[in-house]
Amino acid sequence: MDFSFTEEEERFRAEVRAFLDQEVTEEFHQELEERGETEFSREFTKKLAQKGWLAMAWPKEYGGGGATMMEQLIFSEEIGYHHAPTGGHRQGINLIGPCLIVHGTEEQKREYLPAITAGEVVWCQGFSEPNAGSDLASLQCRAVEDGDYYVIDGQKTWTTNAHRADWCHLLARTDPDAPRHRGISYFLIDMKSPGISVRPLINMLASHDFNEVFLDGVRVPKENILGEKNRGWYVSQTTLSFERSGIAIPAGAKRNLELLVEYAKETKRNGAPLAQDPIVRHKLAEMAVDIEVNRMIAYRVAWMQHQGLIPVYEASMSKLFGTELIKRLGDIGMQILGLFGPLERGSRWAPLRGRIARACQFSLGGTIAMGSSEIMKNIIATRGLELPREPRP
Amino acid sequence: MNLDFSEEQEMLRTTTRDFLTKECPKTLVRELEEDEKGYSPDLWKEMAELGWMGLVLPEEYDGMGMGFMDLIILLEEMGRNILPGPFFCTVILGSLPILEAGSEEQKKELLPKISAGELILTLALTEPSARYDATGVATRAVAQDDGFVINGTKLFVENAHIADYIICVTRTKEGASPEDGITLFLVDAKSPGIRCEVMPTMGADKLCEVVFADVKVPKKNMLGELDKGWPVVQRNMEQAAIAKCAEMIGGAQAALDMTLAYAKERVQYGRPIGSFQVIQHYCANMWISVETGKNILYQAAWKVGEGLPATKEVAVAKGYINEAYKFVSERGVQCHGAIGTTRDHDIGLYYRRAKAAELAFGDTDFQRELVAQQIGL
Ligand SMILES: Cc1cc2nc3c(=O)[nH]c(=O)nc-3n(C[C@H](O)[C@H](O)[C@H](O)COP(=O)(O)OP(=O)(O)OC[C@H]3O[C@@H](n4cnc5c(N)ncnc54)[C@H](O)[C@@H]3O)c2cc1C
Repeated sequence: MDFSFTEEEERFRAEVRAFLDQEVTEEFHQELEERGETEFSREFTKKLAQKGWLAMAWPKEYGGGGATMMEQLIFSEEIGYHHAPTGGHRQGINLIGPCLIVHGTEEQKREYLPAITAGEVVWCQGFSEPNAGSDLASLQCRAVEDGDYYVIDGQKTWTTNAHRADWCHLLARTDPDAPRHRGISYFLIDMKSPGISVRPLINMLASHDFNEVFLDGVRVPKENILGEKNRGWYVSQTTLSFERSGIAIPAGAKRNLELLVEYAKETKRNGAPLAQDPIVRHKLAEMAVDIEVNRMIAYRVAWMQHQGLIPVYEASMSKLFGTELIKRLGDIGMQILGLFGPLERGSRWAPLRGRIARACQFSLGGTIAMGSSEIMKNIIATRGLELPREPRP
Repeated sequence: MNLDFSEEQEMLRTTTRDFLTKECPKTLVRELEEDEKGYSPDLWKEMAELGWMGLVLPEEYDGMGMGFMDLIILLEEMGRNILPGPFFCTVILGSLPILEAGSEEQKKELLPKISAGELILTLALTEPSARYDATGVATRAVAQDDGFVINGTKLFVENAHIADYIICVTRTKEGASPEDGITLFLVDAKSPGIRCEVMPTMGADKLCEVVFADVKVPKKNMLGELDKGWPVVQRNMEQAAIAKCAEMIGGAQAALDMTLAYAKERVQYGRPIGSFQVIQHYCANMWISVETGKNILYQAAWKVGEGLPATKEVAVAKGYINEAYKFVSERGVQCHGAIGTTRDHDIGLYYRRAKAAELAFGDTDFQRELVAQQIGL
């Protein structure tokens, strides 16, 4: 065993770090917040593309950098640590791009992949519906054939960035009579298509990130189906070779922890620096332990992928651990900031510009989105530990 | 022993609940979050007509002469409904110290007006040192002519922006101990030299920064004795902590009820999510938190109401309920899925309030330290 990175990998990390230190400054964050886009920046996505980092681990033939999974891990760790916005490319790079590489026709690959690797096109994900959340296969959005087109009617919800996206990758039912998983198809839809309307949903932070998307007779050319008709479920479930380590979460948490440590050193309470209070020390130390544990699970997942293995429950474990961890960190952070904790940016008394109060509310979505903690545990129990499944209809 | 509420108390609960359900819907709660004042003067008037502001004030001051436990019931229902506005600071932080330490003249002058809903009061205790003990009080009041002059900065003062009077906790002497030399003043909120600014918080709970710059206060506005004000504050902090607990338990109950209803109604995988054992266990744990929290609350509130020493009981209750409310509201959000993370869903309101309420009148670590002292450590 050897837990060290190669010299080359360390050099790469230093290069990424230097770039991000320069780009993702406090002013940059402030500007995004003022625009109401804490997680989203097209310009930043483009800069990553120009650096050749955006699709670094994609195969070269599809415009990727052909980097190793460990290099990708390093990159994601630095992005997470800097709290850099990923909304402009997450869907394209992590989800639909890899799906296209596996299932797309040659024309589709030619059409869509270069725009993704160049950071020019923003995608959103139209999966969830009001009645299909965890139980995604119960989705009801309908697609009916009409000549050279499919006509799509239905509603999607929680669609992150739908109001900013150029394209949507969407699941719709093409055979209502088939068993649930066998009547779904995967569509690529231009968000400018007539019949699409997007209505904002406001999150707890009062910011507009996700949306309801209504599709009313939206005509989608037949060539925009991804994979075979009625096989969309399996396309969406493809065990993909993109990075699934979940490293960005403990990396981002580490940054917040460091800020809290700084705060504890600089702030006097009850006459002494907070950093000398054993309760504060223990809380921060406990978080440091959890962050380190999380980092090592994430490394394990990346390592498996580096070896060409397919992590299933390991990736779920990392996601579960990380998203639960940032909730604890939010709570502990608030406790350490004390009465100042709930103050929002804009108040001159707000410590760390209200970052912890925001993290605290933002963290709630993590244990729900992309498979809730409960679903993650079901996967770990049934696929990882091979316990019998709960009976399903 | 009798661990039950009386019939009158049950009725008070029902009428309070019905009134708030009708008059303070969540649409109003949300509107008031954005509102500059943060309360509805019409609703305030109606509450006064019901006698709420004077609930525990003696009849001679136009109060209802009811007990502290009755007030707890009211607060529980207010927390359940998330009633925004200056009830807590006027009644708990304002009228109780006046009732305890005020001169007959002050009581006659102020309490009937409080009962009538004509006055809004608040307490200015915490400062940039953000502590609830006497050491934290650095704001100075210095005798001058026939009064005092106050200088200092107070933070997290509830609703100071709409208050008529601010009870300002000041230091008038460097005594032998931090507790020695604290004096309370009833400061007219419109006095020259007061600058007040609402601080933006995640609970949108209208906490203010209040700067006192050479604020003149007549001597007759001293509340209680010179230099001997700390015991009044201390007792009030106990009352406030337990009153906050009542609000919090009411909020936790609402979050639980809401989650239960949703777990029964929301169907995934062809069955209500409440039929999944994991959701059942969450709900069972939430209920346990609420029920145990209520018992611990009532015992402490009873002691406070009877004027018995209750330092330990209050610290136990606040320390426990802080965590219980956070737990229940957080699990509530989780059981709701994505909709629970929206600004528009009620469960999120409770989550935000729970975080803020933990910090008021002593967070969990503060309470645990008190408990540690009480058990002989
Ligand atoms: C911040 C955020 C961004 C999102 N972005 C997108 C997006 O861009 N595109 C998109 O399509 N969707 C998006 N989603 C939606 C997300 O995929 C769903 O929220 C998720 O699938 C859960 O569905 P639900 O919210 O309907 O909750 P439900 O499925 O209704 O779950 C409610 C509760 O029941 C539990 N539960 C459900 N089934 C089981 C079970 N079998 N066993 C035990 N417990 C169970 C859940 O864990 C949860 O606690 C986003 C969500 C969030 C929070």
